[in-house]
Amino acid sequence: MSGTGLQNTFLAQREEINQRHATILRPVWRGLIGPVLVVTTMIILFCLGLWELGFSFEKIINGGDQLWVILGVMLPPNPETWSRALLYINAMVETVGIAFLGTLGAAILAFPFGFLAAKNVMPNWLVHVVSRRLFDTMRGVDILIWALIWINVVGLGPFAGVMAMMCADFGAFAKLFSEAIETADRRPVEGVIAAGGSELMAVRYGILPQVLPVILSQMLYYFESNTRSATIIGIVGAGGIGLHLSEMIRTVEWQQVSFIIVLMLIVVSAIDWLSTKLRLAVIGQRAH
Amino acid sequence: MAKTVTNTETARMAELLSGYARAVDARRLRTLQGAALVVVLILVAAWSAEVRPITLFNKIGALTNYLGGTLKLDSGQHVWEDPVEWFWGLGKWLRLLGETLIMAYVGTLTGALIAFILCFTACSNLVRDHRVVFVMRRLLEFGRTVPDLVFALIFVYTFGLGPIPGVMAIAIHTTGALGKLFSEVVENIDMKPVEGITASGGSWVQAIRFAVLPQVQSNFLSYALLRFEINVRGAAVMGFVGAGGIGDELIVSIRKFYNSDVSAILVLIIATVMLIDYLTELARHRLIGAQVRT
Repeated sequence: MSGTGLQNTFLAQREEINQRHATILRPVWRGLIGPVLVVTTMIILFCLGLWELGFSFEKIINGGDQLWVILGVMLPPNPETWSRALLYINAMVETVGIAFLGTLGAAILAFPFGFLAAKNVMPNWLVHVVSRRLFDTMRGVDILIWALIWINVVGLGPFAGVMAMMCADFGAFAKLFSEAIETADRRPVEGVIAAGGSELMAVRYGILPQVLPVILSQMLYYFESNTRSATIIGIVGAGGIGLHLSEMIRTVEWQQVSFIIVLMLIVVSAIDWLSTKLRLAVIGQRAH
Repeated sequence: MAKTVTNTETARMAELLSGYARAVDARRLRTLQGAALVVVLILVAAWSAEVRPITLFNKIGALTNYLGGTLKLDSGQHVWEDPVEWFWGLGKWLRLLGETLIMAYVGTLTGALIAFILCFTACSNLVRDHRVVFVMRRLLEFGRTVPDLVFALIFVYTFGLGPIPGVMAIAIHTTGALGKLFSEVVENIDMKPVEGITASGGSWVQAIRFAVLPQVQSNFLSYALLRFEINVRGAAVMGFVGAGGIGDELIVSIRKFYNSDVSAILVLIIATVMLIDYLTELARHRLIGAQVRT
């Protein structure tokens, strides 16, 4: 009885309810127009892209066949001689060395610039804007391009790789550091100033203790990802394992290629594990 | 009476002060130990990476010379005095830049779709079988640890020179990177809607469609956009190994010392990267805004 009563009340007020909750009660397809349009455009762009880049079934199948053959030849990974294995391990140590020095050097260089680009430390907006654009420009140039430039300056070898990594990461670090400084709590700074400290003291005792853990954890994170990039700069001749890898691919020594790749996987996951451990120790388990 | 009180207070004060001094000393010692370790590591790394500060000091002029040289035309004029001559190959370069962007787009979309399909099998909260999760995670790790240029080198050998190996390398690397991020997002969802769907008889796919997807879609899109930005940079250097895009033109002009071309192409690449950064950031802010509103 009350059921039919409720129904009647609803039917009587139907128009009014429809008007009141227009956005909720409108037909479902209306909310879908936008997404469907976007998805259709994306698919059309994708197909046009495939066509423009010259994709064809024939090429994919032929290449896939050959890839399958190569994968078969790659197994098992085999460096052939002990001296070659030692050479690759040595190159891997060099790779980690490049990543370590590049990350540390970039962070040390970027540290003062981080303060320069932080709004709360540097009130002059011109300095702030100009330094931000400079960082963006350096970040926009890929590490391989920096490596090519540095090879022209200091010659082939891992040193060019270290300098390239410093240049490529300098922009990224300076930006991250300045963001960390900008989000620091203002109250410790005010406290130091109120107790009669100078501006420099405010930075040293008010801001630095807050940002140092953030900076350290970002450095560790970058060290890990830089180990990955350090493995490829050898392709253009800037030291590390990449040189041997590209050489072995060019001379179609597939078993050695797979040995080098396995070596890379092991070292990168070891660094990954180590940097995660250290990062948690630096910022504390909770803040993770 | 008053004297004894003062005495105990001084004694207590001295105790506290020496305790403080000891604590500070202990901390300083630890910092020193850490610093010593870092210095040793630096020396080992510097020896291994053949760091030569003296060469750098002597040759630093060569860097400024080189960078300055890229801003000079063959006629000896500065590039900004004759921009038409500087950008003489603009049409060709823009076409190659377009190809680079298409490579990044197709590679990112393919990789993101595969990652989207695979990520649900790599989450411990949706898949009961630990072996499946373990295998999927290792697979994704492989895809993201091997650099995209290494994949590109191998694919250039099998698929031939051109953008196809570049796109496939980007797609595989993107699958690995996004698959990990996606599955981490899914592992942090609220499980109650999933339990609700399962309890009312929904299948695994239905649970993902109606319980998981609404919680994760904006995060997924935001990560995919971020990846697109990274892949544009990656696609710009694919040409270094013959895998299409503007990189081929750039490495040729660097190797053959076509100095003004180097700066012109770099300016184009940097401008494109900045534009893409700006656009994706805009899109991501809109996404996050939309998420907050609903």
